[in-house]
Amino acid sequence: MMYPLLRVEDLTIGFPAATVVHEVSFEVFPGETMALVGESGCGKSITAFALMRLLPPGARILRGEVMFDGINLVTAAPRTLRDVRGRTLSLILQEPMTSLNPVLPIGMQIAEVMRRHEGIGKAAARRRSVELLELVGVTDAQRRYDDFPHHFSGGMRQRVMIAMAVACNPKLLIADEPTTALDVTIQAQVLDLLDSLRRQLGMAVLLITHDLGVVAQWADRVTVMYAGRVVEQAPVRPFFASPRHPYARGLLDASVGHDGEAHYTTRRLNEIPGSVASAAFEHGCPFAPRCPVRIDACRLSSPPLVALVPEHRVACIVTAGTEHVPAVG
Amino acid sequence: MSLLSVDNLHTRYVSRGRTVTAVDGVSLTVAAGETVGLVGESGCGKSTLGKTILRLVDPAEGSIRIAGQEIATLGQRALAPLRRNMQMVFQDPYGSLNPRQTVGTLLETPLKVHGMGSRRERRAQVLDILARVGLPPDAAARYPHEFSGGQRQRIGIARALVLKPQLVICDEPVSALDLSIQAQILNLLVALKRDLGLSYLFISHDLSVVRYFADRVLVMYLGRIVESADHATLWRDPRHPYTRALLSAVPVADPTYPRAPVAMRGEVSSGPATGCRFRTRCPIAIDRCAVEDPMLNDLGGQHRVACHRLE
Amino acid sequence: MPLEGALDRSADAAPPIARPLARGRSGRLLRACVTNPAFLVGLMILLTVVAVALLAPWLYPGDPQDMVAVPAMWPGEDWEHPLGTDSLGRDVAAGLAHGARVSLLVGLSAAAIGLTIGTVVGASAGYFGGVVDNALSRLTEVFQTVPTFLLVIVIVAIVQPAASTIALAIGVAAWPTVARLVRAQFRSLREADFVMAARSLGYSSPRIIAMEVLPNALPPVIVTTSVMVANAILTEAGLSFLAMGDPNLVSWGSMIGDGRSLLRTEWFLTALPGAAIALTVLSLNLVGDGLNDILNPRSGLA
Ligand SMILES: Nc1ncnc2c1ncn2[C@@H]1O[C@H](COP(=O)(O)OP(=O)(O)OP(=O)(O)O)[C@@H](O)[C@H]1O
Ligand SMILES: Nc1ncnc2c1ncn2[C@@H]1O[C@H](COP(=O)(O)OP(=O)(O)OP(=O)(O)O)[C@@H](O)[C@H]1O
Ligand code: SF4
Ligand SMILES: [Mg+2]
Ligand SMILES: [Mg+2]
Repeated sequence: MMYPLLRVEDLTIGFPAATVVHEVSFEVFPGETMALVGESGCGKSITAFALMRLLPPGARILRGEVMFDGINLVTAAPRTLRDVRGRTLSLILQEPMTSLNPVLPIGMQIAEVMRRHEGIGKAAARRRSVELLELVGVTDAQRRYDDFPHHFSGGMRQRVMIAMAVACNPKLLIADEPTTALDVTIQAQVLDLLDSLRRQLGMAVLLITHDLGVVAQWADRVTVMYAGRVVEQAPVRPFFASPRHPYARGLLDASVGHDGEAHYTTRRLNEIPGSVASAAFEHGCPFAPRCPVRIDACRLSSPPLVALVPEHRVACIVTAGTEHVPAVG
Repeated sequence: MSLLSVDNLHTRYVSRGRTVTAVDGVSLTVAAGETVGLVGESGCGKSTLGKTILRLVDPAEGSIRIAGQEIATLGQRALAPLRRNMQMVFQDPYGSLNPRQTVGTLLETPLKVHGMGSRRERRAQVLDILARVGLPPDAAARYPHEFSGGQRQRIGIARALVLKPQLVICDEPVSALDLSIQAQILNLLVALKRDLGLSYLFISHDLSVVRYFADRVLVMYLGRIVESADHATLWRDPRHPYTRALLSAVPVADPTYPRAPVAMRGEVSSGPATGCRFRTRCPIAIDRCAVEDPMLNDLGGQHRVACHRLE
Repeated sequence: MPLEGALDRSADAAPPIARPLARGRSGRLLRACVTNPAFLVGLMILLTVVAVALLAPWLYPGDPQDMVAVPAMWPGEDWEHPLGTDSLGRDVAAGLAHGARVSLLVGLSAAAIGLTIGTVVGASAGYFGGVVDNALSRLTEVFQTVPTFLLVIVIVAIVQPAASTIALAIGVAAWPTVARLVRAQFRSLREADFVMAARSLGYSSPRIIAMEVLPNALPPVIVTTSVMVANAILTEAGLSFLAMGDPNLVSWGSMIGDGRSLLRTEWFLTALPGAAIALTVLSLNLVGDGLNDILNPRSGLA
């Protein structure tokens, strides 16, 4: 059995007024791509921040453990963290504009990362930054090195972020919606790029996305979150063949692409009835208020994540009750 | 008469002595009640086109008419009252919200500036629009940073719709949203369109969304429109080699489906100076492509393509 | 609205989402004090200094330059003069209290002058860009290449060494820092998407500058201001120490200067005003840091 590169266990994160991530557990193995999907606002980004220990002010890790490469990141000293961040563990943020420094040329921002972690000289850092910019598909990188972030289109900023994140060949790259701002051809290029880096360097990728097409084509496994909890976890093939959690099923159903011929003049898109539940939901299954197969027991306690078949885990008592549940583990 | 008609529009950016022609001779129309989709490579000038149409960026040349009125040359002061009718949902949901204003202020100020309603009516409208985009009423008292990416995008949509404009330019309005909320927002945009007769210029790189939502689709490459067709035609019979490459790159939500290699060579470039801008990446380029710039050419049935191989 | 919304049925089920405890400016201030003890300490020290400065004429009526007792008395020797007397028999406590007036007054007016010039220059350069920006930036650079203290000494040497001219000199020497900061703020904010969004909503330019750009540009400037006050106090002290200060006023700097010759025996004569300067500067820095958090809505105090 392979040891996981990253093991998150029981991670619980709260803001002063509410807990937004509840007992999240998952693993990422070396060299694999794990996709993290879920409703907008379900805590994906907050989880990613917690892994880097870069939570927004006010947010606190209330419980849980994050073991990365032999280090418990929850209790690690700031020095250790600084060393890990950007070197073996790096993060691509969801908002390229706010995470780039608006008053520094982009090339300098990439070079800075390398100079800090690898202690290479100014000229060498510049050369490597230009190479990286070319690698992520910024043409004329020599000249664009000195451009400021606002000179770039949304998609180009995102590629700059990617260049910055892979600058030090990390072991795990957390990518928070890295291609949301990109068109499909560049999305394919960028994901292929991440894929080849992953293969060449044995880098693992935690890919946060809401594009199920991306999940299907580029991920090995998928973790579905809802309202701050993990509700399903499976390798992609069984997941797309038959998603088990009612929320995951609703998600696939709501997909515009799943019915290629649909047009707004002829058909309304399927929605999951109701609205985003809050992670502050106290009792019962967080999805219960919107669930089409709910039974009374769903309101009583939050269902645990159980393995239906090894590797395919679901947190739904209805699904678990109707299918054979082998012993966990 | 079309609600929006743009003719031979050019937009240039000058930065550090270098000129970038981000929009290079675009003509398009949007009829009242119509949804026009705009797709294209990242950096090809889609946002710039949208911003130029709304006169947020100054055009270098060309004409922009809204309901027959020429606005390309109007001063900002003369434009201000017209802005009520044309709104934009910005691509970057965080950057476009003032971090020091609460969501309530963000949504109420436009109404105040345009003198719409009493204080109480305005408050009611703010709550109404919040509910419509699926945010709780207490969101009004919070600051943008307290929301997730998708929630912020909905704030941006709410702000664009609160003035009840006729034309809304949506710059990637659903790309930050997960599928179920994406479906809700698209259904909402459809409902608003039906009820208010809104017109949309809908910029997106999510082709399945554009396919669902647009009546007509424009494909843009390096500042130019290279193909234009109604939605069904474009997907049934894409003609321009770039459009074909774009469609081939849409990831299929089925892991057993083999990932297709993108039917295009090289990468985005600033484009060659002469001839067709796509020719350095085009799999079917001929000699003529290097010397002559292809014009949009009607293949019949409003299907227009700019490519020498298709004349 | 007369429309059939697609989402209204989901809206009433909308859940409460995490909400911070206190709201508004004062709420933030309160929370800042609770969560940031350094800010609270800084604020207390600063308020004490201000109170002493304001009350000095009542606490110690008369000229602090007058000889009131035996020279070089140690603190605690005579409770009439709790902090002792200096080599000329002047009351140290009275000197410190009146010195606080001079230090704060010079510090505040210098900062105000620097802030005004700096903001105007920086905002014009940043907002208008182009030729204006070029000219103003060159000017700023010229001023910045001259060491501040040297510039102040030169100005004071030319004009009268009075408290007002000293404040003016320090202010004139300090504005480039503010100008550069404000310019950078305006430049990046001018390009910000939310400013473009404001234009797209038809807001007028004055409204955009006042409501959208300024509130985002000012906080770092306000924070810098507290540091500027501190620097001005230090500069004034330095001048007085070199006997280039206002000869008619007692200031902390001149007290240190006078005590210098007795440093080996009556060291308290230098240590006390030195401590007063250090404490005040420290408190200003603490307050500046705290303000930075309070004024930033992302800090979690919002
Ligand atoms: N600073 C904050 N204060 C209070 N609540 C916050 C704050 N930041 C985020 N939240 C809440 O935490 C929850 C999780 O946010 P997060 O950004 O992780 O969502 P997400 O899953 O990444 O969503 P998206 O797909 O839209 O980016 C949201 O409900 C959000 O409202
Ligand atoms: N303020 C600016 N100054 C200089 N160049 C700019 C500026 N804004 C955009 N550009 C350039 O203009 C081109 C078009 O940018 P635009 O933002 O319109 O692209 P886009 O099609 O919206 O791309 P995306 O899909 O990535 O958002 C890009 O090459 C970009 O680098
Ligand atoms: S004109 Fe020539 S180069 Fe351009 S797309 Fe057509 S075939 Fe390709
Ligand atoms: Mg997120
Ligand atoms: Mg764009």
